[in-house]
Amino acid sequence: MKQPLLVFNDKGIYCKQADVYIDAWKPVDKCIVTHGHADHSRWGHKQYITHTNNVPIIKHRLGDIVVAGKEWNETFTINGVTFSLHPAGHIVASSQVRVEYKGEVWVFTGDFKTENDGLAQPFEPVSCHTFITECTFGLPAFKWVPQNEVFSDINSWWNTNKEEGKTSVLFGYSLGKAQRLLKHLDTSIGTIYTHGAIENMTEVLRENYSFPATVRVTRDTKKEAIKGNIVLAPPSAHGGTWIRKMAPFVTASASGWMTFRGARRRRAIDKGFVLSDHADWNGLLDTIKATGCDKVIATHGYTDIFSRYLREELGYDARTEQTQYEENITETEQKLDNVSG
Amino acid sequence: MFKNIGPLLFSRGTKVGVVMKKFAQLIKTIDSTNKTNVKVAALTEYFKIAPNKDKLWTIAILSHRRPKRPVNTTLLREWATELSNIPLWLFEESYHIVGDLAETIALILPKNETSSTKSLAAYISEIQTLRSLPEAEKKDYLHTNWMRLNYYERFVFNKIITGSFRIGVSQKLMTRALAKATDIEQDILAYKLMGNWTPDNTTFQKLILEENEEDYLSKPYPFYLAYAVEDDFEEELQDISNWSFEHKWDGIRAQVILRNDEVFVWSRGEELVTDKFPEFQRFLDEIPNGTVLDGEIIPFGKGSIGNFKDLQTRIGRKNVTKALLKKTPVILIAYDLLEWKGEDIRQKAFVERRKLLDKLVNECDCERFGLYLSETMQFSTWEAAAKERNRSREKRSEGLMLKKKDSPYLVGRKKGDWWKWKVDPFTIDGVLTYAMRGHGRRANLYTDYTFGLWDGDELVTFAKAYSGLTDKEFRQVDAWIKKNTLERFGPVRSVTPHHVFEIAFEGIAESKRHKSGVATRFPRIVRWRKDKPIEEANTLDDLKALIPK
Repeated sequence: MKQPLLVFNDKGIYCKQADVYIDAWKPVDKCIVTHGHADHSRWGHKQYITHTNNVPIIKHRLGDIVVAGKEWNETFTINGVTFSLHPAGHIVASSQVRVEYKGEVWVFTGDFKTENDGLAQPFEPVSCHTFITECTFGLPAFKWVPQNEVFSDINSWWNTNKEEGKTSVLFGYSLGKAQRLLKHLDTSIGTIYTHGAIENMTEVLRENYSFPATVRVTRDTKKEAIKGNIVLAPPSAHGGTWIRKMAPFVTASASGWMTFRGARRRRAIDKGFVLSDHADWNGLLDTIKATGCDKVIATHGYTDIFSRYLREELGYDARTEQTQYEENITETEQKLDNVSG
Repeated sequence: MFKNIGPLLFSRGTKVGVVMKKFAQLIKTIDSTNKTNVKVAALTEYFKIAPNKDKLWTIAILSHRRPKRPVNTTLLREWATELSNIPLWLFEESYHIVGDLAETIALILPKNETSSTKSLAAYISEIQTLRSLPEAEKKDYLHTNWMRLNYYERFVFNKIITGSFRIGVSQKLMTRALAKATDIEQDILAYKLMGNWTPDNTTFQKLILEENEEDYLSKPYPFYLAYAVEDDFEEELQDISNWSFEHKWDGIRAQVILRNDEVFVWSRGEELVTDKFPEFQRFLDEIPNGTVLDGEIIPFGKGSIGNFKDLQTRIGRKNVTKALLKKTPVILIAYDLLEWKGEDIRQKAFVERRKLLDKLVNECDCERFGLYLSETMQFSTWEAAAKERNRSREKRSEGLMLKKKDSPYLVGRKKGDWWKWKVDPFTIDGVLTYAMRGHGRRANLYTDYTFGLWDGDELVTFAKAYSGLTDKEFRQVDAWIKKNTLERFGPVRSVTPHHVFEIAFEGIAESKRHKSGVATRFPRIVRWRKDKPIEEANTLDDLKALIPK
């Protein structure tokens, strides 16, 4: 029997013909990395290949690594297999990976969202035979509203808090969500303060992207200066001592999980905004249709339910594969909160 | 404040235009905060501006007096599924993950941004008439209205239809807000709100604002509820001679009211359960009108205290038959007297009330018709009290109650005068064998666990538990489960036996329905025994040895 072009082994998604991994979760020789989140760009590979704009991001996270940068649509061939990166729209510099060998085309999405967020290179569907997709929000309960509505809610929330003399603390993962929020905050309301982890990452990104001005919260930052302004912080800052400086404050989280009434309560956050960096139910289905594929492999999220729907209702040859995206316990809670969001 | 009220009063010329919307916003505000003050403020504001009819329905809904369910949930699911154009199994899977039917339907339906222009009361009256309509018209009504409402209004609409508005507003909290809005004292309001009124047989004016003697005939007093003792409470409570002790009986907390030659039995859940306990009618023969007893209804077959389980059959049945009465007789163990000779005596000291109660019960041959006294005890040392507490299981009680001798009978759960000092739960170390995804707030985590005990070299399931770990621990276990799954059965996964947890439970009895042959009551996780390998978990025989003989 013919070997599939990509297989799932104990280290990651593997192309035997090219001897290359994609988003491997254990150290390998050569690894194509879709984006900078910790569960997709792991430590310890001998050689990394990723989008040029993602190079400074993973260098910031992983230190001195050997990495080659590629542009969107730029093809590179290894032992007869042609690879190229295509925008995934998930976070800044996130890619899908297209793999072609002897006329057969596979695409791995990494993580993706279909809405143009005004920051990440907008998602483009790529034609293929086999589509390996995430389905973090692969349930019909997830339907996003356009982000301009969400940002208008976020900005008016900030404004109301300010009128009530309170500081707004908005949680988002330090890579991706934080910058998306930052990009769309209304600076006429006040100053944007940042937690150190977010400030550091944003500094790295300023190299290739433009953002409003931010002020890092340091030990010397005066309590009175922060009052009424907005503070961007990673979810891990919630409940810690760091946040006390912001008092009196109100907290909010922006994530797809905020769809569920219970999710916000579980995190004991005052306000939840439904804003996700993943595709919603219709986004997933529309994308699959647009690729023209006939085989689908669901890797993480509600995989069983989603692939059953594709099989039974839409007639795709769909199955699930075990990966270690979103499932790593050695990472911090911060990561767990975000990968989900 | 004015900013909020302005448009409501003036922009559409009438208040009525936006009230369902206002109610949905109220629920949304309450639902999106963990802060009691914010909830009370939102409710108070609502009670100030909503029309009386809507206020009354709001009070009714928040005190679990919902209109009768007009459509069964099977049909609701089918019709929502149809409108959403998804298969039914996908709806069921989604429901399992979301954990709440009203929320699931609101999420699954095609999006709609428009808002309703009807009042809450108008909606409820429509929902009430819906009940008697033919199925096709019911469906038509739901389809039309679902697509008229925005997400949160839809959720509230569904909640009214399906009932059970559990959104973190206790009766106490609601009463507090109502007191602020009406300037009526909280205790008085709590009293007015008791009983079996519905918005259909009263008005806001009558129920809340007017004094009405007649209504008081069947009304119970708000129950005073005890807190569990805290660490080192002995020091806190100081002089032991200030305290009266009783056993804590395990039954149904109830008030038995005798007024105007009628008996009324109220359960703590504020349910009128007179019909379920016809034996208490005999109290009329011996006890004078104008008496209110507070106590515990206890199963009492064969002259001794029975199992709590038996009481559930008494409550569960629609008709209490003669056979059932004979099979599971009940008694009232009285421990307080709230009304005597038609007078509210709750302000008298506990010992004074008890003196009257003891005299009342002792002067008639009360046990003959099922009225017993909860014996009071005095101890000179905490050690002696602890010794009595250790006898609780053989006495078939749950532990001790501590009541301050000079205390009045308070309203609701208040700290200070009544404490419960329960016996320590049973504990046993079990092995995690299966896990299921949680509901609602734990929807994306595996948080519902099944535990097994050794029977030879096999692990036999003995309990399920889904509380007791911190959020952080749940996340760790969840991540471990996802990596160590053996098999999947829908939402359930079997896992490699590896982790040992200490499980606590309140009661234990033999059971034919359980594979282990044992049923445990209120099992929950106490500790993650990371120090224990699975070989050191307990055996089924260890568990069986705990069953009282």
